[in-house]
Amino acid sequence: MPIDDPIVKLTGVSKHFSGTRALEGVDFKCRAGTIHGILGENGAGKSTLIKILSGVLQPDAGSVEVNGEPVRFSNPTQAAASGIVCIFQELSLVPDLSVADNISIATPPRKFGLIDGRAQNRRAEQLLARIKCEDVDPNSLVRELSLSRRQMVEIAKALGKDPKVLILDEATSALTSRDVETVYGLLAELKAQNVASLFISHRMQEIEKLCDTLSVFRNGQHIETFAKGAHSEGEIVKLMIGREVTAHYPPKPPPTEKAEYLKIDRLAWEGQLKGIDLSIGKGEIVGLGGLDGQGQKELLLGLFGVLRGLHGDVAIDGQPCHPASPAQAKSAAMRIALVPEDRKTEGLMLAMSIADNLLAASYDRISDGPFINSDKASQAVAEGISKLQIKVASPDDIVSTLSGGNQQKVVIAKWLMTDPEVILLNDPTRGIDVGTKQEIYKLIRELADRGKTILLYSSDYAELIGCCDRVVVMYDGKIVAKLSGDAISEEAIVAASLNVGTTASTSAAGAHHG
Amino acid sequence: MAEIRTALATNMRQNVAFTIAIAMLVSLYLVYNLMHPRGFSAAVLIQNSNESVAIIFLAMAQTVPVLLGGLDLSVGAIMTLANCVASVVVNGSPLQIVLGMIITLATGTAFGFMNGLIVVYGRLQPIIATLATGAIAIGLALFIRPVPGGNVDGDISWALTNDLYEFVATYGLFDADAAWFKPIAWIPVPLLIVVVIAFGVWLPFKRTVTGRTIYAVGSAEGAAFMSGLPLNRAKIAAFTLAGFFAACGGLYLAIQTSSGNADITQAGAYTLNSIAAVVVGGTSLLGGVGGAIGSLVGALILRVISFYFRIVSIDPLLQPLIEGLVLLAAVSLGAFRTLQVKNRLNFFR
Repeated sequence: MPIDDPIVKLTGVSKHFSGTRALEGVDFKCRAGTIHGILGENGAGKSTLIKILSGVLQPDAGSVEVNGEPVRFSNPTQAAASGIVCIFQELSLVPDLSVADNISIATPPRKFGLIDGRAQNRRAEQLLARIKCEDVDPNSLVRELSLSRRQMVEIAKALGKDPKVLILDEATSALTSRDVETVYGLLAELKAQNVASLFISHRMQEIEKLCDTLSVFRNGQHIETFAKGAHSEGEIVKLMIGREVTAHYPPKPPPTEKAEYLKIDRLAWEGQLKGIDLSIGKGEIVGLGGLDGQGQKELLLGLFGVLRGLHGDVAIDGQPCHPASPAQAKSAAMRIALVPEDRKTEGLMLAMSIADNLLAASYDRISDGPFINSDKASQAVAEGISKLQIKVASPDDIVSTLSGGNQQKVVIAKWLMTDPEVILLNDPTRGIDVGTKQEIYKLIRELADRGKTILLYSSDYAELIGCCDRVVVMYDGKIVAKLSGDAISEEAIVAASLNVGTTASTSAAGAHHG
Repeated sequence: MAEIRTALATNMRQNVAFTIAIAMLVSLYLVYNLMHPRGFSAAVLIQNSNESVAIIFLAMAQTVPVLLGGLDLSVGAIMTLANCVASVVVNGSPLQIVLGMIITLATGTAFGFMNGLIVVYGRLQPIIATLATGAIAIGLALFIRPVPGGNVDGDISWALTNDLYEFVATYGLFDADAAWFKPIAWIPVPLLIVVVIAFGVWLPFKRTVTGRTIYAVGSAEGAAFMSGLPLNRAKIAAFTLAGFFAACGGLYLAIQTSSGNADITQAGAYTLNSIAAVVVGGTSLLGGVGGAIGSLVGALILRVISFYFRIVSIDPLLQPLIEGLVLLAAVSLGAFRTLQVKNRLNFFR
């Protein structure tokens, strides 16, 4: 085989999820003995690409070739058999089994047909030693390990499958700096052994340092593949942005000084929030940006009383506010509402009716003593449905019969019924149609105009730019940039999300963190 | 030496619930024997063992589906079915008796296998699938034995429900009074049967990929799938093994009582007690943690508690109340883990 032939080759690969395209006609090649970095903002198609390569998803169109042979994986085991091994961001370890069990989980060493515990322990020790994790006891349960140790066990497990192509999806984000160095060393070692590594990371510096080839993805398309050094950081950021704007946003009012309403001071939790300082005015919409998983979700959950062991202070209208549960957070004293990330598990009770879902957070308002007043209930339901223009045949229909957009409206209406003062929104427009999105943008602006305090996390930068009075960008549990007015641009947000210093974000971040 | 000690420490830390259960059983049984007028005698031990075998097998049967994160409501019924089958076939020549035993065990195992197929390919919740198949098993048992009765070989009944001495003497295997045999002649046969099956079937099974997959499914089914484990095979195997253990219980019950009885109430009570024994033995109802040996201990704890009522004068009317309180105390020892959860949303995952 000539050395130039790619070990992995994708031709015209497309993948759609219920109407939205995740990948569109992607041609992509990866050569043996390279460390290949993949860049792209949220929703650019990086995860879909590696899920197709590793057999978790099957492409709708196009072909995948490994070593020149066309392949079609229906599960991760088949991909591993062809030498493609993925270290997943969501861990694939079983918490109640031991480290050694996990490392050899699918194909353990056997003696007389039974798993040979000793051989399995030796194997685990060898693999762990290869990544300098001799301190991990093969007999300890994965449950007992810290997140960074678990991630290293995950790497050892992948190494044990003897990969020809190793995919690392954010594999270093949970690691300590010493472990990161170990992984760098390991990748160099694998490169020398002619293994191809596909490296996905949010840390621009890491990719710059480690990779020899870079590919940029945007909007589900492969934009460009180039050798390291061919483009500057600024040029790479420009390649990543340039998404088509599909929605229209309500006009923003001219910036005015708003009275401070919600004040967050040095909020910290479990190494995932590292001292958040933020204040939001009455009637202001503040956007929360950054790549997925930088602590945005935890910040919202913390404010809503879901997390234990929070440090720091939160005040609403000058009064300290430390809810111990969502029930307290929504109470008359605090009046906080959270529209959660996953409407199917945290937002809705899918098997119950639309009416029951709408009322779920505000039973105290429609009850007389212990009994639900059915007149008040139906009146409240009718109000909620008309206020958000939810398209329903009957409020007694099961909520799961609604479209995604209408389901999301039910979740929002449910929380507006509690008449909150502080509204936390966790990616409220993810996976819903453009029309409903625009209605939600309009609603958010109206709520702000009525004096509500709004904190909006969105994985869509265009939304942050179009909707918010101010945008703060989080990286690694900290706020790294605060942008307002004309400084809110896609370039500034993307650069801050990657924590690289290009023009606009440096000055904006510096101004607040000097 | 130090290495062995750390390994043991690791093991105990990982199996806190099991360690607590062992300590509880030992202390309960010691105190029981101290209070018993004929405590520490072979007769008491034999009687207690006999009374514990069926529930131990049922608890072990229940453990396997529970490790998957499900419940098997048919274990009591499978035991009853096996009991009725045994009351028909376990007699005649020695060869016929052995064949009868095999038929009995095969019946229960096949029934469990069917449960597994229904759960996996019928895509039903285990609890409701086994509720239905349990009723079917009782129906079959009633068909075989409309009224209690039966004809189990007397020799085997005597030999298997006494100590090793009687076993050897009944079948004249060798001189039961031999000096070398003396130190072990007192061991009750039922205890031996339980230990042999628990350690001879469960421990090897746990070390197969199928066995480990059962734990993986109960612990994190998504991770198990992503690791390419045989999920369906493991689920079917879990219910099949449950059927086998339940049949062991039914067979022993037939031998012990020399008869078969399609007793619906008894089947239900055994099923519920098996769940209690599993929990007391340190297996999590959420799945993924625990094991059949723990359930063996859990079943013994429940039995020993009921033995106390014979020697302590408690109003029989108060017995269920006290049993309930003790059970509640025992299971609440396992609830401490939730105190460490930092993200309250994780309670529900």
